[in-house]
Parts: sequence; C-alpha cells; structure tokens
Amino acid sequence: MPIDETLPVHSSNDIVVVRQVVRTSAVEIGFNLVEQTKIVTAASELARNTIDHGGGGTARVQSLWNSGRAGLRLTFEDKGPGIPDLELALKDGYTTGLGLGLGLSGARRLSNEFEIQSRPGEGTRVTITRWK
Amino acid sequence: MERIPILTMNEFLLVSIQVDMHDRLAMTLQEDLTNRIVRDRARGVLIDISSLEIVDSFMGRMISNIAAMSRVLDAETVVVGMRPAVAITLVELGLALPGVRTSLNVDRGMALLRSSLAGGGNGHGDADR
Amino acid sequence: MAIRGRSRLSEMVNKHEAGILTDWIKEQLAAVKAADRISESDLRSECQRFLAVFKDALRSDGDDIATAPWSEAREMLADLSRSRARAGYTPSETATFVLSLKRPLFDRLRGEIGRDADTLADEVWHATVLLDRLALFTTELFQKSREGIILRQQQDMLELSTPVVQLWEGILALPLIGTLDSARTQVVMENLLQRIVETGASIAIIDITGVATVDTLVAQHLLKTVAAARLMGADCIISGIRPQIAQTIVHLGVELNTVVTKATLADAFIIALHKTGSSIGRPAKA
Repeated sequence: MPIDETLPVHSSNDIVVVRQVVRTSAVEIGFNLVEQTKIVTAASELARNTIDHGGGGTARVQSLWNSGRAGLRLTFEDKGPGIPDLELALKDGYTTGLGLGLGLSGARRLSNEFEIQSRPGEGTRVTITRWK
Repeated sequence: MERIPILTMNEFLLVSIQVDMHDRLAMTLQEDLTNRIVRDRARGVLIDISSLEIVDSFMGRMISNIAAMSRVLDAETVVVGMRPAVAITLVELGLALPGVRTSLNVDRGMALLRSSLAGGGNGHGDADR
Repeated sequence: MAIRGRSRLSEMVNKHEAGILTDWIKEQLAAVKAADRISESDLRSECQRFLAVFKDALRSDGDDIATAPWSEAREMLADLSRSRARAGYTPSETATFVLSLKRPLFDRLRGEIGRDADTLADEVWHATVLLDRLALFTTELFQKSREGIILRQQQDMLELSTPVVQLWEGILALPLIGTLDSARTQVVMENLLQRIVETGASIAIIDITGVATVDTLVAQHLLKTVAAARLMGADCIISGIRPQIAQTIVHLGVELNTVVTKATLADAFIIALHKTGSSIGRPAKA
C-alpha cells in the first residue's frame, strides 16, 4: 500500500506527529531498527528547522519503489526567508554544532539521498530519501 | 503544566526522560534541575535516557546544557542507558555531547559519579576506575 | 468493436469450458515431463480451479492483471507457484501451466469467430497478453522466493561468522575474520553494541588479527562503533593490528589516537582486566 501523506509543521506537537508518522511508515516499508532511528531522527531535525528557521511549513512522507528496492522519501517545505549561503550553512552547522546547519548536514549524513532548494525570499525545500 | 519529575537517589539527582521533549518542557527541566542542585547541594545528576528511541540535536543540546550548568554548580552529570540505535545515529549525526559522561545504567552511573567525586578521576565512562 | 470482442472471450470460455479443460490438461502432460511429480487428478483439479477464477476475472474486460478482478487468479497462481517450487519444478515448467492454455483457447476462438479476421486477431491478442502476463507473474514469484531464501542464508552466515564472546565479567571480545565489506561491518557492529547492552559489558575488544585489509570505509565503521560504544558507557580496545594494516590506516589519514590499540588480543585482555579491577596471577611456587 503506497504511502503519501502531507503533514503540517508549525508547533512542537507537530514534530512529534511527524516522527510518529515517519516511524510507522519506516516500519511498514521494512526498515530495521537502526534504519528507522536514522530516518526518524533526520525527520526531527528537518521539522525543527522548518519551524525555527522557516516559520513553519509542511512535511510530505512518501513510500517509493524503484527496481525492486523500497524507500521512504521526506520533503520539508516552507515559505520562509530562505538560506542565503547554503554551502556555508551546511559546513558551518557541522563544525559549530549549532542551529540550522547541524540539522541540515546531520539529516544529509543520515540519508542516502539529500536535495535542497533554497533562495532568499523564496522559502526552502529539503528532500531526503532512505532506501532499504 | 507538565513537568519531568526529579528524584533523589542517595546523594544524587535522577531525571528519567521518557517523553518527547518540547521547548517549554526542556526549559522547565533545566530550571528545576538547577534549583534542585542548589537546594539539595547535589554533587551529581543522572540523566536516564533508556526510554528514548530518538535523540536529536535539540535533545543533545539540552543534555549538554544541563551538564554545563551542573558543572558551574559543582555537580557532575552522567547520561545513562543510551540505546544502541540511538548511539549509532548520534555518531552519524556528528553530535559529540561534549562534557557529558556516559554509563550503561543507573547503578553504574552512580558508581561512576562516586568514584569521580572520591578520586577526582577524569575518565568518561565506566571503564576508568 | 473491441469491447464487444473482449466480452466474447469470457462467454466463449464459459461455453467451452469442459473442452478447453481437457485439451489444456493434454497439452501440459505432453509439455512437462513431470508425470511422476504430479498425478493427473491433481493436475485436473488445479486446472479446474484456475479456469474457474480465470473465467470470472475475464468478465472485467481489462488486461491489467494487477487490478482487483484478477486478485483471486493471482492468489491461486501464487499458491501454485510456491507448491511447485517446493516440488522441484523449474520456473519454466510452472509458467507452462499458464502458457499451455493458449492453444486450446485459440482453437476455440477460431471455431467461434473464424471468418472475421480482425476480430479474431483482436481476441487472440487479448488472450495472449493476459496469459503472458500471468505466466510472467509466476516466474517473478519464483524469483522472489529464491531471493528470500538466499537473503536468509546470508543472514545466518553473517551471524555464525562473527560471534561476540564474553571473555570475563564485563569484557567482550569480537574477533573479526576474513574480508570486511561495508554492509557486513555495519551488521557486526550493531550486533556488538546490542551485546554490550545485554551483558552489561564495560569493555569490548575488537580483534582484527584475522582481517586481511582495512579500507577507509571499514576503518570509519570501526571508529564509529567505538564512538557509539562510548556513548553507551563502554570502552573499546582494538587489537591485532598488523604492520600492513597500521600502514594503511596512517596512509588513509584515519585518526586512531583516541582509541586504545594493542598488538595482541592477550595484551588487550590484560588491560581490560586491569580497567575493570581484576588481574591475572600465577599460583605461588610451592
């Protein structure tokens, strides 16, 4: 049964819901415990970013099927201020362990695929995918 | 409003985190803990995370903050019961939890606190005694 | 024209069911040299069952076997596929069950529609598409179940080949042997962490004496495991680093200075005992 759910991400409670939905979806797809933990944690990071830096937005959870492999794709979108220097944010966050960057680079390290589109004034969209 | 209970365990304080923390709850916990450390003149804090299936950077920062604040108040913090999947994910996440010592469970955590208070040891885990 | 033609397939099978059944069974007994694997009466009942669900599904007029009207047919074929795989049939032999239905069907179609070449062609095409898809379905199922078996065997081998041993109270040893690939290393490491929790160990000795080469990925996994164990309150000692591996590690720029390393498992064990408050002594000479 394919999964395709879009959830609101505006409050702390929404982060909890996102984690639960991602967890349930990951279990359904057949991820083992470590794989589940990684993607739920990545989702938590990105959801928090959406609220803290994007002013709130949405999270889309989709199951995927590609030549016999199952996967889970999460898309976080907001209409916030956008990220002026992506490279810096990704690198910076990792080294200082604070704020926006750690969430992004962390989510990237926990996923198989990572894609980000962001422009100042146009909001941000982050997509991560994990394959079984 | 909901609060995370802080228990006294011999000469230490024990906090058992079992729920998803949101910001307000985290701030309240930090406040309550610092107050209790001073009030009880506690020398050590045990944070039990054996119920947590997920520890993200927010939680990691909170734990580091608690450790830092405790140290200022002359108390040591030990985090106990981290699950393997959580440990693996934290390492992957690149979260180091600086200044935080760890133990397998509450008993060992208390032993660690005692030995470090007694002998002034500076190990980071059970193994150094 | 096409729609009217499709429903003719359904009504035709209905009308000639008995004859189709007989011919179909004959085709199979001729094609498959498996008379000793299945009795004719069993074959007959299988064919009857399939014809019944096939007839039913045909009424829906579509040719996508993944849709709901075909679910009973798929289920029946799934069962058949599995039981035949168990009985030692090759996937082709199982697919032949479906494919050999073509001839009897086409014969009846020609009988019914005969003169109308266009309609006959349409009907034959429709029947072919359906039967081909159903046959391919049985082949895919066969493959999937084989893959499942191979995967399970691989898991078993993985568990058998990397046991975590408890050397003493609170001290575990993980002797790694053979080549380490990324996937295997991950599984092994997760297993070690789990055992640390289960046994309440405070030290884990990872011995790589039996490992031929260590590449960057494996070295990184080792380090990550050490870091994860630390977060759980256990220390790791890596032992058995041979000179060549030491060179590789330095060349790769992997930082091992935060990890205790010992040349042999024995040395590591002594350190571990020490750290947990024990020691080994020799009995005093008489």
